[in-house]
Amino acid sequence: MSGGTRLENANPVIFQRSGERLLTAADEDEDVHDPIDDREIFDLIRSINDPEHPLSLEELNVVEQVRVKVNDAESTVSVQFTPTIPHCSMATLIGLSVKVKLLRSLPDRFKIDVHITPGTHASEEAVNKQLADKERVAAALENSSLLEVVNQCLSTRSI
Amino acid sequence: MRGFSSFYMGTMAADSGLLLSLVEEFVSGLQDSKAKDTATAVKDGQFTVLQLVEALGVSLTSSQPHTRARGVQMLSEVLLESYGNLSEKEVEVLIAFYENRLKDHYVVTSPVLQGLRALTKCKTLPPGSAVSMLKSLFQDVHVQSLMLVERSCVYNMLINLMETREAELKGLGADFVFGFVQSMDGERDPRNLLLAFQIAKNIIHRGYDLGKFTEELFEVTSCYFPIDFTPPPSDAHGITKEELIEALRAVLTGTPKFAEFLLPLIIEKLDSDVQSAKLDSLQTLTACVSRYEHKDLAEFLEGLWASLRREVFQTSSEKIESAGLAALSALTSCLSRSVLNSDSEDSLSTFLEIVLKDCKHHLCEPDLKLVWPSAKLLQAACSASSRASHIITSAVMPSLIEQYDNRTQCSHRRTLLEVVQRFIQSVKNSQSSENEESVFLAFRQSLCSMVFSALSETNSSLQITATSVLTSLAQQTGLLLDADIELAVDHLIRLLLTEEDDRVSCAVVECAGALAELHPAAFITKLIPRLKRELFSEPIEEGDENRRTSELHSHHAVRQRCLSALAAISMQPSVVQESTPVLLEVLSSAHTGTVRFSVEEMVLACRSLQRIAEQVRDTEETGQCFHDIIIPRLLSLALQAALQDQGSSGCLSPIVEEVVLSAMVPVISTSCSRLQPMLAGQTASRAVSLFLDGDVSFLPDNSFPSNIQLLKKQQGDSWTQSQMVCLLMGCVSSLPRSVEVPQIDRLLSQLEEMSCSCNHPLSYMSAAKCFASLVNKRPLGDCLDSLIQRMMNRVCSELDSASSPIRIQAFTLMIWVAKALLLRYHPLSTALTDKLLSLLDDADLGVMAADGFSLLMCDSVDVLNRGCHADIRIMYRQRFFRENSAKLVQGFNAAPQEKKPNYLKALSNIVNKLPKQVQVTELPALLSLLLEALSCPDQGVQLSTLSCLEPVLIDPPAALIQQLEALVSRLLALVGSSVMNVRIASLRCIHALSRFPVHEILPFRARVLKALARPLDDKKRLVRSEAVQARGEWFLLGSPGGR
Repeated sequence: MSGGTRLENANPVIFQRSGERLLTAADEDEDVHDPIDDREIFDLIRSINDPEHPLSLEELNVVEQVRVKVNDAESTVSVQFTPTIPHCSMATLIGLSVKVKLLRSLPDRFKIDVHITPGTHASEEAVNKQLADKERVAAALENSSLLEVVNQCLSTRSI
Repeated sequence: MRGFSSFYMGTMAADSGLLLSLVEEFVSGLQDSKAKDTATAVKDGQFTVLQLVEALGVSLTSSQPHTRARGVQMLSEVLLESYGNLSEKEVEVLIAFYENRLKDHYVVTSPVLQGLRALTKCKTLPPGSAVSMLKSLFQDVHVQSLMLVERSCVYNMLINLMETREAELKGLGADFVFGFVQSMDGERDPRNLLLAFQIAKNIIHRGYDLGKFTEELFEVTSCYFPIDFTPPPSDAHGITKEELIEALRAVLTGTPKFAEFLLPLIIEKLDSDVQSAKLDSLQTLTACVSRYEHKDLAEFLEGLWASLRREVFQTSSEKIESAGLAALSALTSCLSRSVLNSDSEDSLSTFLEIVLKDCKHHLCEPDLKLVWPSAKLLQAACSASSRASHIITSAVMPSLIEQYDNRTQCSHRRTLLEVVQRFIQSVKNSQSSENEESVFLAFRQSLCSMVFSALSETNSSLQITATSVLTSLAQQTGLLLDADIELAVDHLIRLLLTEEDDRVSCAVVECAGALAELHPAAFITKLIPRLKRELFSEPIEEGDENRRTSELHSHHAVRQRCLSALAAISMQPSVVQESTPVLLEVLSSAHTGTVRFSVEEMVLACRSLQRIAEQVRDTEETGQCFHDIIIPRLLSLALQAALQDQGSSGCLSPIVEEVVLSAMVPVISTSCSRLQPMLAGQTASRAVSLFLDGDVSFLPDNSFPSNIQLLKKQQGDSWTQSQMVCLLMGCVSSLPRSVEVPQIDRLLSQLEEMSCSCNHPLSYMSAAKCFASLVNKRPLGDCLDSLIQRMMNRVCSELDSASSPIRIQAFTLMIWVAKALLLRYHPLSTALTDKLLSLLDDADLGVMAADGFSLLMCDSVDVLNRGCHADIRIMYRQRFFRENSAKLVQGFNAAPQEKKPNYLKALSNIVNKLPKQVQVTELPALLSLLLEALSCPDQGVQLSTLSCLEPVLIDPPAALIQQLEALVSRLLALVGSSVMNVRIASLRCIHALSRFPVHEILPFRARVLKALARPLDDKKRLVRSEAVQARGEWFLLGSPGGR
């Protein structure tokens, strides 16, 4: 986006994808209540596409399962994400994509908090503030070109 | 010309009037059909061509160009029909006329070309005329200013002449090529291009002299490379991009003379951003180098290598990567083919030097980041020829081995090991003969120690990779010495007995299987005795409760792995001889109680026997092993267990357990269906005499009483003997159709009796299946008809009396026989299915009847399948559906409200099993019924309807789109179902709906999104994840960046 067609981080380190969650007997048992856990939230966001590369956020290690915290009983979710380089201009966009994905995929009882892993980005505070502000998020999604990019990040890749 | 048609002189006067009027009507009256009539008349011998020319005289010499054109057109059209009858003299005159007419007004040109084309098809073309025809054509006509059809006419002329007058055309020398180049220069229509490419290909492949026009011919064809063509939407001609690509590729790659032009072009096009252009270039490169020699390539090698390297290193698609690797492979094998002169340098080694220089250092970089692309490139070159593999492996392997020794991180070691494995594999492809010495012989020692050290690591993925390297090493001739094999077997045993990880033990078992096929001796002497010892050791009975259960658990896991390893290694007959006795001993010790085995372990032992029967080579030796030892032994064990019960009423042998007995059945049926038909026949006749006459003479450990009657009703409700009928079923129902079953009539009547009188489900069910599968294989005839009729009368009378105690038994027999007859299209099957349909209204059997339809449509696992050599006609499901769907709909409409679900269930059972293409065509007629089924309260019906709707929704028929409102609201209602699987299936359907045409579904967006908010909070995770996916897709609908 910035700097024409040149990529900011042209040769990122690629991480292995984790496998599908293993199915347990409890998952198939009608009577067991499965709580929403960290892995489930991580599964929601790990396949989000990176705005720059044909890779997922998981493959770039932008999101990791250890940085996802959920409390089903108290209906709170907290996700930390790590931009690939400290000056990444895509940080806000990535954060917005994660936030929108969670908004669309979680019951509305949840309070969703998305922020940058402390100490990994130059303008961490500004981005965090932007992402926490409900109205600014809503306004961003009114902007059709921004919404377009977010939707592209969220669409399932067809290979 | 005078006199050559004198035969017809007599009739001439009478017909000339007719001919003149035909000409008049065609030329002045513009009635096109008259040409056809004239042609027919000429062919029938009514007129001659000469007469026609004479009759046309006035029009051909008219001062009006349009009249002349019309005249020539008539002549040409007649010639097109009747060129076969022309004499050489006539042809000569006609050609002279036509050549002259080429100079005429442009409106005349088109019919002239038609005429010439007709003449080129003549077998009587006089010598020299082809040349003169072409000379005037190239001289007087500018092909590219002609219309489409006329151009195609010119190309067809060339093709015709090339077929018949090759020598003459070659006599024209390079002028012919030049003429052709001029004619096709600028051609734009794909239809004509296909013709032009065909001519160019003929020129190249049939050795026409290109002279100084090589570059011109290349230019005029290569300007279309790479082909970019999208057929128009209403494609009437059916020309595809692929056809054009293939045709052009055949031209461009046809001759080494093009090399100097084509290779730079390919290098240039590889720079393109268009993926298809890259792919086409790479494939063209692969194709062309197969004809080239190294001197054609020499000056472009560096450029080509640079492009190929770039494509593989920076690839964005797997297709391009694999095309690039294939091209490199082809390039290397071209260089390997070249014959070396004493003074020239070895181009192969020069080229490989460049490759190695660019790739090898990546294999040693500390982060191993570019290791895969480099390795793939090297392996592609390596697989090209034996010489290349020698050069590359000797350069690469030492450094890889050294790397492996120096690295400590498991992930790095694993990567290196995988790279090594790919090298071994790629060499395997290039080796020309089996007994050639392996190129890895020099590294034998280090490779072995590398694998063995990896096997001793604790990292599981390293171990898994090591097992596959071991397998590849074993497949190279002479790489593993006997001592290495023994060491490998020791490692495999250790891993089998100690490694808990499932993936590792799977890999180990697989590796053991591969190694045992090549080196059976070490496995017979070491592995089998060791596994046997392990199998028969009892778990330690000490320590507290917890320790004991975990001990028991791991002991069971070890036994499980031993049993599957025994099955995996049994490929060679010599191994089978040793491994099967161990498995049989497991069963017999479990039976006698000398060593305790759980029921599950016994089932696994049977599975292993079954697997051996499935995979072993069908030789006399293995056939005897199964038919003379294993099957009698199994029958004997089962009989001992069944009889044991009578005397001592203590505890029963575990063999009488239904799961164990049922696991024995496939062992028997697999050996009878695939091993040695003659011996199978013997087994069947022994089994029949055992079951009918109590003949126990062939059984080992023979101490049985003489009055055994296995098929007769037992006193009391003893089922241990009656259930043995399932073993009989295994023997007789899977025989090839060529093998005769002895005493079949007696057998059938006893089976029928048993299936209608026994109370034990396994017994009557097996008897019914056995009966049905014998019926399926009986030859057509009165004998079979009366047999079926008798059975039907009996079954129907039982079914019709509501108080009969054996209605379920009768129903079971009926449904299996119905299936047997349906599969072979027997006419009597209709009577049985009609009976089944009528039972849908039955108070007790209605639900069973509805489920019965799924039995009719499914492949059954044990009998009546292709493995059992059953008589199965293709598309019997479609046929059944066509014959019965109307009856079902009718029955549904007439049925009382409480019985309707049975009909819906039966229908969805049938539709579910139909191939998708049939579903889509049949669905519109049944749609309202299926929608009804969605709102039917029976959850089974809901589920099976949803599962047959889902595939249809991927490519929705128009009828479905019209019913969208009903469909959406029913699906949304089911999202709230109390059954998890119904919720999941309905969410999947809603997900599939999101791919419908946007304008149709956009009105539902808000409603669906709102309804899908609730399942996001479902208590089951599987439901939530389906809801998330479906809702995500619906969100993207009609939104920017979505769809």
